[in-house]
Amino acid sequence: MLNDKDRIFTNIYGWQGADLASAKSRGDWDNTKALIKLGHEEVIERVKASGLRGRGGAGFPTGLKWSFMPKEVKDRPHYLVVNADESEPGTCKDRDIIRHEPHKLVEGCLIAGFAMRAHAGYIYIRGEFVNEAKALQRAIDEAYEAGLLGKNAAKSGWDFDLYLHRGAGAYICGEETALIESLEGKKGQPRLKPPIPAGAGLYGCPTTVNNVETIAVVPTILRRGADWFSGLGREGNTGSKLFCISGHVNNPCNVEEEMGIPLKELIEKHAGGVRGGWDNLLAVIPGGSSTPMIPKDICDTVLMDFDSLKAVQTGLGTAGIIVMDKSTDIIKAIARISYFYKHESCGQCTPCREGTGWMYRMMERLVKGDADISEIDTLHDVTKQVEGHTICALGDAAAWPIQGLIRHFRPEIEKRISAWRAAAVAE
Amino acid sequence: MSISRRIADNQPDHFAFSAENKKKIKTILAKYPKERKNSAVLPLLDLAQRQHDNWLPMKAIEAVAEICDMAEIRVLEVATFYTMFNLKPVGKYFIQACGTTPCWLRGSDDVMRCIKDKLGISSGETSACGKFSLLEVECLGACVNAPMVQINDDYYEDLDYMATSELIDRLTADDVPPAGSVRGRQGSQPEPAPTSLTKIVPFPGAKKDKGDDHA
Repeated sequence: MLNDKDRIFTNIYGWQGADLASAKSRGDWDNTKALIKLGHEEVIERVKASGLRGRGGAGFPTGLKWSFMPKEVKDRPHYLVVNADESEPGTCKDRDIIRHEPHKLVEGCLIAGFAMRAHAGYIYIRGEFVNEAKALQRAIDEAYEAGLLGKNAAKSGWDFDLYLHRGAGAYICGEETALIESLEGKKGQPRLKPPIPAGAGLYGCPTTVNNVETIAVVPTILRRGADWFSGLGREGNTGSKLFCISGHVNNPCNVEEEMGIPLKELIEKHAGGVRGGWDNLLAVIPGGSSTPMIPKDICDTVLMDFDSLKAVQTGLGTAGIIVMDKSTDIIKAIARISYFYKHESCGQCTPCREGTGWMYRMMERLVKGDADISEIDTLHDVTKQVEGHTICALGDAAAWPIQGLIRHFRPEIEKRISAWRAAAVAE
Repeated sequence: MSISRRIADNQPDHFAFSAENKKKIKTILAKYPKERKNSAVLPLLDLAQRQHDNWLPMKAIEAVAEICDMAEIRVLEVATFYTMFNLKPVGKYFIQACGTTPCWLRGSDDVMRCIKDKLGISSGETSACGKFSLLEVECLGACVNAPMVQINDDYYEDLDYMATSELIDRLTADDVPPAGSVRGRQGSQPEPAPTSLTKIVPFPGAKKDKGDDHA
């Protein structure tokens, strides 16, 4: 279990103020100038050495992503864009950073912006987070007043402007190129890659999009050293991470823990255990709604990090853990997720636009049992036709939960179908 | 004739930004490069909606199109793409109830049932008194405080049937409760007691002068 002294977000629950003075007392903005004096390349090297992987779901190495930005600024300015469009069901960590630790994010923006030679950054926050946006804007205003942003930010010699941009309700804008489209004033429909944003992103300029948590941990990593961060967790899966534990646990909560903590320990130590005891566990969705569920026997031993979860055919995603006990109608739980993806499909690619609706309707029939056993295979086949055949990963995200259901709970679906058929015959 | 079921039939003849909002528009436009006024379309639609009882008439779409230098159809396209824009009037209290799986597992059906029992409305409807509108929405990102609803700008969390009932009673009397957990839970911490950060630890290398820039 992570020691309090190794926790980055010491005000994640909001016991102290989110203001600049309180943030400074927690160590934020402590000689930021010295971190910037390290130079562009050294900051990137240290982030690489820390092993930090993106906290927004895909887990791409952050330092490497930054290194894709051109080494020289030519005719087009560079941009940092922070993805605060937190909408993945089961995930509510960035919200807490924004409302209780906004200065970690603002300081992180300056450092990350400097590393990638950007003089401007945009934080794209989901529109529904109205109060959170106010809290963040307050922090940005405070930073400007204190000379920590703007010209010669934090006396570092680097000019950096940071702007807050509110979205207006669209899950798809959490996809980086859709987010850029939205920031440009268009419908949030993902772009084809390549070019990747580091080549042509916002306004056609080199851009890097990072998750809130990724950016917010950078100042602490640089202060305490890459070795400290990479000493937590295990190789390839280093550091600490905010976990959101929701669903059928006694005490749902957010908590910062070490990467690679066993799922069972995480739930029992921090969330008060599964409702009705560990043996009452049915399944867990480990990384936000897109990640395939894992049944109890896997939950017994699995570790919470990118590679351990990948090894059991799921993923760490955003670390939004959705716990379901034995009272759960597991088919309905996934059908609701299918409805979510149908609702949020941007409509651009046919397999996703048509597929999400089709899969949802099929799932609704499976909830009742109104289907033929062979249709389970048909459904699985359709998920495979959607997966990997769309511009962005929303199609994959819609397919995976259903694949996870069929993989682990096929007998449950078959039972439901048999029961429905028996009832139909009896009538 | 309405061009879409989502757009109100009765449209006002006129919409103009207030003097105060015109000032705000300048601040908003200043955030983006001069030739990138399109970027301001979301914030300006939001501003217009706030000025106009939480819904966007077509005249507001036209006004925003002019300021952002966009074709009206492009602005309408945006206004219909994003769920937060209401193209029809909504009640004074616009309830957006989350029904996605994490909230559903914690009893969002009870919240919906309570709203139906008290106000007689389902998703997409406005109460007979005109004061409340309900929309079932997708994940609002407060999953460890589920189930929850958003009413206008504020989140109300850790709900159940009774708490929802109380919330509606207070709103009926225009006594708007403070946002957050309805049982006073602080943020997203575990109940009954925190399991981490129990001792506030000074940050390593804390300096005497509270971490100001030393240079």
